[in-house]
Amino acid sequence: MKPDAIRDKVAIVGMGCSKFGENWDKDPQDMIVEAAFEAYADAKIEDPQRQIEAVFCGAQYPSKGTAEVADALKLYDRPVSMVVNYCATGTDAFRYGVFAVASGMYDTVLVVGFDKPKDRGVSGPSVAVTGVRGLPATPAGWFSLCAAQYFQTYGAGREDLARIAVKNHHNGTLAPKSMLKREITVEDALGARMISWPFGLYDCAAQSDGAAAAIITSRELAKSYRDDFVLVRGIGIALSPNPQEDPAFDFLRWRASEMAAKQVYAQAGITNPRKEIDVAQVHDCFTLTELLAYEDLGFCEKGSAKEHIQSGTFALDGELPVNTDGGLKTFGHPTGATGVRMIYENYKQLQGKAEKRQVKNATVGLSHNIGGAPQACGICIVAMP
Amino acid sequence: MVGITAYGAYVPMLRLSLSAIGGGAPKPGGPEKAVANWDEDAVTMAVAAATDALRGIDRSTVDAVLFASTSYAFKEKQGAAIVAKALDLRRDVYTADLGDTLRAGTNALRAAYDMVKAGSAKRVLVTVGETRMAAPRTGLEAAIGDGAAAFLVGDEGVALAITAAHSISDEIIDVWRTEGDPFVHAWEDRFVVDHGYRTCVKEAVTGLLQKAGLTPKSVTRAVFYGPDARSLGTVAKECGLDPKTQLADPLFGKVGNCGAAFAPLLLASALAQTKAGETLLLASYGDGADAFVLEATPQVERLEGQRGVAWHLARRGEFRSYDMYLRFRQLLATEHDRRAGAGLSATKHFRDRDSDVTLLAQKCTQCGQAQFPRQRVCFQCYAKDAFEPIRLSDRVGTVKSFTFDNFAGSPNPPLVAGIVDVEGARLYLQMTDVDPKEVKLGMPVELTFRKIHEAGGTPNYFWKSTPLR
Repeated sequence: MKPDAIRDKVAIVGMGCSKFGENWDKDPQDMIVEAAFEAYADAKIEDPQRQIEAVFCGAQYPSKGTAEVADALKLYDRPVSMVVNYCATGTDAFRYGVFAVASGMYDTVLVVGFDKPKDRGVSGPSVAVTGVRGLPATPAGWFSLCAAQYFQTYGAGREDLARIAVKNHHNGTLAPKSMLKREITVEDALGARMISWPFGLYDCAAQSDGAAAAIITSRELAKSYRDDFVLVRGIGIALSPNPQEDPAFDFLRWRASEMAAKQVYAQAGITNPRKEIDVAQVHDCFTLTELLAYEDLGFCEKGSAKEHIQSGTFALDGELPVNTDGGLKTFGHPTGATGVRMIYENYKQLQGKAEKRQVKNATVGLSHNIGGAPQACGICIVAMP
Repeated sequence: MVGITAYGAYVPMLRLSLSAIGGGAPKPGGPEKAVANWDEDAVTMAVAAATDALRGIDRSTVDAVLFASTSYAFKEKQGAAIVAKALDLRRDVYTADLGDTLRAGTNALRAAYDMVKAGSAKRVLVTVGETRMAAPRTGLEAAIGDGAAAFLVGDEGVALAITAAHSISDEIIDVWRTEGDPFVHAWEDRFVVDHGYRTCVKEAVTGLLQKAGLTPKSVTRAVFYGPDARSLGTVAKECGLDPKTQLADPLFGKVGNCGAAFAPLLLASALAQTKAGETLLLASYGDGADAFVLEATPQVERLEGQRGVAWHLARRGEFRSYDMYLRFRQLLATEHDRRAGAGLSATKHFRDRDSDVTLLAQKCTQCGQAQFPRQRVCFQCYAKDAFEPIRLSDRVGTVKSFTFDNFAGSPNPPLVAGIVDVEGARLYLQMTDVDPKEVKLGMPVELTFRKIHEAGGTPNYFWKSTPLR
């Protein structure tokens, strides 16, 4: 294996993102078209029928599959493939696009991540009732399982989680495409109704509908599209053992995040993440997921997240701003769209087009998803040339 | 000599104050009845009672399982087979169900006795569990309670020898329940007692004593099914017994009339106080009556380890309200029907029976690592198909992590769930019969067979953890 085989060889030249939210009046087709045509316009693609040579889609709950994207965009007579990989679905679809271009087979490809969970008639993720093992089958029930051990070992608590929700709610007010645009206080978060201990309502990301898209081409061709293209420095996926079955697991981390980080840092040549990464979008399906990501991704020492939360290391004006657009907390989590939406935010940050939430002099951005029990992690690092 | 070699009991933890029925205030210290938790039924309680009976006994020596109940969920599909699988008994164990009458429990005891005596089985496990229901706010609802008992019947190590048995069959419309009706119905009390209960029990006991050549005086303790204290006293007198000195405690106001399990549960209770050389009389009632003479051997004083009835009565929780009781029994309409949904895949259940019903984990024969559920490749050393099964259901585990989930549908939120380590294997389990406030990392838990849900309209069973008490 050559870890640096794809480093800086593939470029993003256009991106688009639909408005995320309870999009009752929109079909997946509407959101896919909204995201893809924004990406076309951004890349100045005038004839997608000719210029898009392959399509990589990601959706966790597709109603049909690849045809949903092909039919929406009328992109036929070329490869259209779909990826499912838990909450890393969008990042993984993007990864397939990157490798397709890096292989030299295609000049320009389209990546589309989307999901439409609000058509299922439930306010949260579905609760599976067909099995008897592994209940409660609620993501809150799964992701909360690190809380008791982590709190006891490192002395953190619900207030530390609340500060993450407060930060992300604030950042979300500055992002035009976010769903929630409301500041909250630590007291609001601590006083909200309990979902699954230690998660109250504000510790949880909502369900929402959305789509995001990217146009990927080779570094050589990138200049023909735009001057401020963004390079892919590393992208990886790692699966860990199921934490609910792994006899060796300590419930102080999510191992998939550590595994994927190791992979992607080797690709990108990163040895000191906090210094070398300027902006990060990490998976905050629950506040604790974001807290663990700080440590699992090497942004700070294991057990020290609490101090960094209190000192503001990861705030918009901090040393390493995290979830600058408000994260899953304010965008909600249309699973297949989320990873691509995060890359969209880093792309805008690196181009200096993040408006009121702009991080100064950002040239390297990281995005991170983790999902399942959780077991699947995807990480993508993008950078300016 | 054929008789009882081991016994076990189960009384559900939750109690409903009789004064709370209909919505009144619970009366502390007043009469109450034991009621199954929402995740318990006749089968799960029978498994719990049998687990109590089988403590320290090699389960592979059990030749047959009889399961008795009038309130078992399936009309077609055997309960004894579920009990046998949950208890990890031999594949060639003989299983049979008995039901349809309040006498089903003693019917099973009689059948076990006859089997061992005839030589078709050496050790027969008799299990009986009941979760009967009467219509809300009726007198019958106040009278009925839930419970289970189990006995091992054999001809070696007999603690209580069955020396005589006698039965009466009687056709009377006294207590009944028809298919599709969740509630037990009864004719007027005085008619039922005078022409059913008193007549049949007296006839059975008199015939039994005659057969055994015993006088009422030679009976140390009479364990009688009784609908209420007065009728029980009357029957005892009519049988020539002194109700004050010769009747076993009928647990009125503590458990309630648990149907086919009632006389067996009272026998389990009486057994704990029985001394060598004593003579017990057991009588049940229902479409006639079954009566037995039981002679205690010195072995009765060597039985140990059983929790029995006293332990279960001391373990006590209360319904917070009558509504909570109605909700647990699915007598209140709710937004989400717990029985709705596609149900279990029968073929997936078939493949997962060892993990899900028997709670068998596996131990790697190469590196020794225990793991659950069934894997083909070892978590630790990656060896393929190199495992031996280990039974976890009768072991104690410790809590590695937990959460209180208000989002997962539960009749009693929050649903307590967590990671439990048992014998080195890691299990993701719900926790039951627990107050969230008592949950701590590292706390010891035991395992209990419960209903996880009723998707598809059938009870779908798996194991849960419960604090070790």
